Amino acid sequence: MDIIINGIVQAFQLLIHGDRGVLEVALLSLGISLSATAISLITGVTLGTVLALTRFTGRRFLISLVNTGMGAPPVVVGLMVTIFLWRSGPLGLLHILYTPAAMVIAQVLISLPLIVGFTLAAIQNIDPKLRMQMVALGASRVQMVWLLLREARLPLLAAVMAGFGAIISEVGASTMVGGNILHQTRVFTTAIVQETGRGEFGLAVALSILLMVLVYVVNLVLTFAQQRSKLR
Amino acid sequence: MRVRRGIKALLPKALAVLLSAGIAASVIGCGAKPAAETTATTSTFTPPANPEVILATTTSTADTGLLDAILPMFKAKTGYDVKPIAVGSGAAKAMGDRGEADVMLLHAKDYELDSVNSGSGINRTLIMHNDFVVAGPPDDPAGIKGMASSVEAFKKLAAAKVTVITRAMNSGTDLAESKIWAAAAIDPVGQSWYIQSGQGMGASLLVASEKGAYCLTDRGTYLKNQANLTLDILVQGDTAYMLNVYHALEVNPAKWPKVNNAGAKAFIEFLVSPEIQQFISTFGVDRYGQPLFFPDAGKSEAEVGG
Repeated sequence: MDIIINGIVQAFQLLIHGDRGVLEVALLSLGISLSATAISLITGVTLGTVLALTRFTGRRFLISLVNTGMGAPPVVVGLMVTIFLWRSGPLGLLHILYTPAAMVIAQVLISLPLIVGFTLAAIQNIDPKLRMQMVALGASRVQMVWLLLREARLPLLAAVMAGFGAIISEVGASTMVGGNILHQTRVFTTAIVQETGRGEFGLAVALSILLMVLVYVVNLVLTFAQQRSKLR
Repeated sequence: MRVRRGIKALLPKALAVLLSAGIAASVIGCGAKPAAETTATTSTFTPPANPEVILATTTSTADTGLLDAILPMFKAKTGYDVKPIAVGSGAAKAMGDRGEADVMLLHAKDYELDSVNSGSGINRTLIMHNDFVVAGPPDDPAGIKGMASSVEAFKKLAAAKVTVITRAMNSGTDLAESKIWAAAAIDPVGQSWYIQSGQGMGASLLVASEKGAYCLTDRGTYLKNQANLTLDILVQGDTAYMLNVYHALEVNPAKWPKVNNAGAKAFIEFLVSPEIQQFISTFGVDRYGQPLFFPDAGKSEAEVGG
């Protein structure tokens, strides 16, 4: 118990002193996970919408893959990305293993199925009569898709929160593809694992608290966006 | 009309917020870095053509904080940016054997020699040593305290069937431990009292402490974690089995043309330089009252005792 209290005290000290190392870790965590969430959001919403509104052979099979991907173990994704990015691997020429870019790739692969799955469910959940009404009112295909997405904004923002939450809290893939390198790829979760391994429990608890605060702040912003747009 | 307004109003705010925040954070994150880079450029060296060096290393060099201390010094001196990938010695050797690392820092003689024999590792260079110790519960139910021979002590542990924690993981420690078991002619794997933690050394010591178990550990990791442990050092000083010697190896550029051999050479030169050897000899004294490693550059393996 004293370790947790000590950790809380240490977390406050780190915050008040604006510790540079912690700031760097926080910015890296945020930068990597927000970029990955943004990329997943753009591709995921597109793919999810296509899957929801079109009918083609293999569609159900594809959806089953997406649903499985929603539960894909991050370490497996991490291992695969590592092997692909190795110098001897098919994407070795890129030279991005052990860089934030590699972490973004792994995190996109982890969060993408979540966002595709949520988008698909959200759009399919909209009353089909609305679509018919829009067509009757002369909406173009683009206009219809925009309106459907707008209609589905609540679950879509939930998708963003789920995707972001999954990757900012992820440690296995981040360690494998990032390498937990100081100043470059050391993010909150990998630092927490390392400090725990080093026996620096106070610091590990302090970092955990700061990570949870960060996740809370991001979700607070997203929640406000979600609930405000509901009123309009 | 409603449709048009909907489209205009729709610019997904969350996306905009996410994108700009992500970009801003990455920019600030990158902006934080040049502090180190500018200090580096003020010193006198020609920047290396390929500044990125991947170091595959055992966890103890990272967990003790040694790498965090010396890598910035290396960067300031040469411009090389070393990326340490801290895994077990077995995994570190495997990375070198595939050409996925440029330089290896290991503490497992068998793996090192294997790497040299297979042509993957070259210029195996002695860097430093510390030693392994047997840690166990202070009341020492197996009664091994003060024994001079690790082999005899292990026989007693097996006879008493007290819980023993092992890392496994193909680590250097694991390798040293298996040699002692082999010398004692005991195969502990599969015994109910022999527990594989499958974690790093620090975490394994915690498990041992919680379970009141015995554990072979490197002294550095024990000292680093001592405050959190109810474990005493019970057996130490058996130089036949308990020396923990660290060597650096370059990954052979003839076998793996993509490796950064210039960077690997520079890093090993740096490790054996008098300045860094002096630094290693005092590293940890301020916190633990004794050094975590003893520098050995230029010595022969026989002199160290390995």
